[in-house]
Amino acid sequence: MRYLPHSAADRQHMLATIGASSIDDLFAAVPASVLGTFSPDLPGHQPEFAVEAHMRGLAGRNHAAGDGPFFVGAGAYRHHVPATVDHLIQRSEWLTAYTPYQPEISQGTLQMLFEFQTQVANLTGMDVANASMYDGSTATAEAVLMARRITRKNKVFLSGGLHPQYRDTVVTYLAGEGGLECLSPSPEGQGDIIDHIDDDTAAIVIQTPDFYGHIRNVSHLAEAAHARGALLIVVVTEIVSLGLLEAPGALGADIVVAEGQSLGNPLTFGGPYVGLLACREKFVRQMPGRLCGETVDADGQRGFVLTLSTREQHIRREKATSNICTNSGLCALAFSIHLSLLGEKGLTRLAKLNHARAIALADALADAGLEVLNGTFFNEMTVRLPVAAAPVVEALAGRGILAGLPVSRLEPGKPEVENLLVLAATELTTDADIAALVAALKGELA
Amino acid sequence: MSMNTQGRPTTPSAVKGAAAGPAALLPAEPLLFEIGDRDHSGVDLPDVEIPDGRLGGLRRKSELDLPGLTEPEAMRHYVRLSRRNYSIDSGMYPLGSCTMKHNPRLNEKMARLPGFADVHPLQPVSTVQGALGVMEQLGHWLMELTNTAAVALSPKAGAHGELCGMMAIKTAHEAKGQGHRTVVLVPESAHGTNPATAAFLGYSVKSIDANENGTVDVEAVKAALGDDVAAIMLTNPNTCGLFESQIIEIARAVHEAGAYFYCDGANFNAIMGVVRPGDLGIDAMHINLHKTFSTPHGGGGPGAGPVVLSEALAPHAPVPFLRRTGEAIELVEHADDTALGRLTAFHGQMGMYVRALTYMLSHGADGLAQAARDAVLNANYIKARLQDVFSAPFNGRPVMHEVLFDDGFLKGTGVSTLDFAKAMIDEGLHPMTMYFPLVVHGAMLIEPTESESLQTLDAFIATMRELAADARAGNVTRFTAAPVRAPLRRLDETRAARQPRLKWTAETGDRRAAE
Repeated sequence: MRYLPHSAADRQHMLATIGASSIDDLFAAVPASVLGTFSPDLPGHQPEFAVEAHMRGLAGRNHAAGDGPFFVGAGAYRHHVPATVDHLIQRSEWLTAYTPYQPEISQGTLQMLFEFQTQVANLTGMDVANASMYDGSTATAEAVLMARRITRKNKVFLSGGLHPQYRDTVVTYLAGEGGLECLSPSPEGQGDIIDHIDDDTAAIVIQTPDFYGHIRNVSHLAEAAHARGALLIVVVTEIVSLGLLEAPGALGADIVVAEGQSLGNPLTFGGPYVGLLACREKFVRQMPGRLCGETVDADGQRGFVLTLSTREQHIRREKATSNICTNSGLCALAFSIHLSLLGEKGLTRLAKLNHARAIALADALADAGLEVLNGTFFNEMTVRLPVAAAPVVEALAGRGILAGLPVSRLEPGKPEVENLLVLAATELTTDADIAALVAALKGELA
Repeated sequence: MSMNTQGRPTTPSAVKGAAAGPAALLPAEPLLFEIGDRDHSGVDLPDVEIPDGRLGGLRRKSELDLPGLTEPEAMRHYVRLSRRNYSIDSGMYPLGSCTMKHNPRLNEKMARLPGFADVHPLQPVSTVQGALGVMEQLGHWLMELTNTAAVALSPKAGAHGELCGMMAIKTAHEAKGQGHRTVVLVPESAHGTNPATAAFLGYSVKSIDANENGTVDVEAVKAALGDDVAAIMLTNPNTCGLFESQIIEIARAVHEAGAYFYCDGANFNAIMGVVRPGDLGIDAMHINLHKTFSTPHGGGGPGAGPVVLSEALAPHAPVPFLRRTGEAIELVEHADDTALGRLTAFHGQMGMYVRALTYMLSHGADGLAQAARDAVLNANYIKARLQDVFSAPFNGRPVMHEVLFDDGFLKGTGVSTLDFAKAMIDEGLHPMTMYFPLVVHGAMLIEPTESESLQTLDAFIATMRELAADARAGNVTRFTAAPVRAPLRRLDETRAARQPRLKWTAETGDRRAAE
């Protein structure tokens, strides 16, 4: 087997040194009734080319986003990733390094994390960011728990514009604890979350641009929340939007969570992605997850370490702020490299380009007589079709066009969203793609 | 400066002020914010004009302070940084409980096929049958290797898997009207995530002591069981590197008391293809794809922590899960109240599923069993060749995939486990896991994995023996001053925690390019 270095002679030599007659002897502590008493329904080892053929066969049964016109967004976005990013993250020293618990021989990862934290803090307009979370949805759930710890209050309101799977994740994390209220879906960008805030409120959670594409002005929500001692948690699922829109921190957010996939990370059917979590400085000791900090070594040279770990499970065990034991290191690296390549200038241009493509899409849909619900948007919008959206999307997929997300897939059994279609455009969306979509939609709806 | 033949300073005074590391190949690298600025960019994009009308008056007015680098600058920055990292490709990582094995590059190549990498999680299910096929096949392997009834693939890491498994247990109890069970039993030797997970779900944690052999006694479990106990969380093989030989009896006792058995699968590498946890009576177990099935650690994630479930817990699995109808695979994204809900947006770590399945197919069932057997052989070989010098707290019987020593052999030397570990760095080794598990003093937990050759193991053993001899010979400075040959010397972790500096600012940093 190509990954196993020992020859039969090596194994014999080692057994002789150990004083055992066979490897089975080393499993003496295992009850005989369960040791090797089965034959799994699994194939034997295969050469590399055979494995590759098998996997290529599976890959070939998927319609890749690049195979045709593509408009799916809803929390995961198809952007161009510079070739440099994937080259760099495949370097052995990044790819195959362990968590940087030995800082003297992990300064590469640690300095990168320090840079990443700074980038995320600056991008979101917050004081501090952690070294990343699993993804945007779990980061949202962790932010809710964090707000409860900070305020020592219980009630949390999730806006109707929050991604439904983010909402469902928060519901699962808080199962049975009470105090959580999810407002009804708000496809028109409407919202009455402000009316719910009371003195028992720990936090309100609002996404912008929201699930339906609307840009939400959260500054008045921040004021209303702060007036009652509640925190404002802002969720961003399309991080590129912050190249063009005001940072949530500047609008009064207390905690910002985001999905960072759009920078550096391919779609990969939903994961691995990279969750971003940033907050005001005074809340740092209630943050979940890893944090990297600057310090000096024994000679006074600048260096970096994982720090404030007294919040974490490996020190605090059952008293930890979270059970989280990892970050999303390599995805954070990809994010950081992509953002370094862009810089402020590149990110601003990328964001403008996305918005310009989305305007082209919205105008083309409206010109075709379709009802676009958005007065505001960044690169994503909602259309109300005259018929149920899911069958239309399925029919267009049959014609090689991935037309967007029928909201009913995430919100089944809600007639008010059955005709809604959420579509995204990015810098990769061409005029020809838009023309093909519009023509196909017209054909399907005729 | 006085140096010995290895280039190591020989006196404490010589150490002071010594520049750490071979500077010629490992230069210190400034921070991104000290070399880039907002006028540079490594991406060519047109600067399009856009109207403000659809931005709701929220167009950004402030600057972002995000420096940019051109492509050659970025390449050099990240390559230079990378060279200040240790990695499994450059040397052995004897980290107990972490399973730092070889990461095959075929896995990486497969994960990057456009049919996997360029597929959106919310495309119509009819257009992603190959992706669902990967999930189905991976699930089949995991269930076959563990003899379990169901698998939840979506957990994003081991600790997330623990959360999933314990939520399934909580949901199952509630469905049976057993919601009054509020206690979870956890042995002292458990990973910190176990009690943290139990507490996260509102359980109180009751600790179980190990016996003098380093394992859990069924009688100790029986004594702790009661109508208030929801589950036991047990790692097997345990973190002392020992197989819990009474595990079948423990599982039986737990079930008789109406509780469930959560098994921490962090150490599955010792037994994959050799012992099926389902045959031992477990109800839920997470499997770290980044340990056992070779997906890369990436400097701290992303991980992946699928959870296998027994018949009893299968109805309580989270969404999404798969259902096959003839040729088509259906993705079930919504379920009734018996399911525990959703643990994450989308469907989990697809990129890791592809890598793990590629690894499984490469090994086959026979190769996986051989890998487990070689991992156990390697750990026992290290134990056999170090036990006369190092102190093994639970000696006398074979270990599984890792071997635990305590700091007894360093007693009176003035050298601590930490010092010893830092001296390993100067010898080109990554330290072993230290001070874990908590059940022995100054723990040193060594897990070689199956990936290391006999030659590498012999070199490791020779270095460890030489270090132990030097510590006992009184050459204390070599240890207390270590490392001196790494890019940096010991970092001041107290200062980092007392005066947290968590991001770069112009005041604290050095904006080199500008000034």
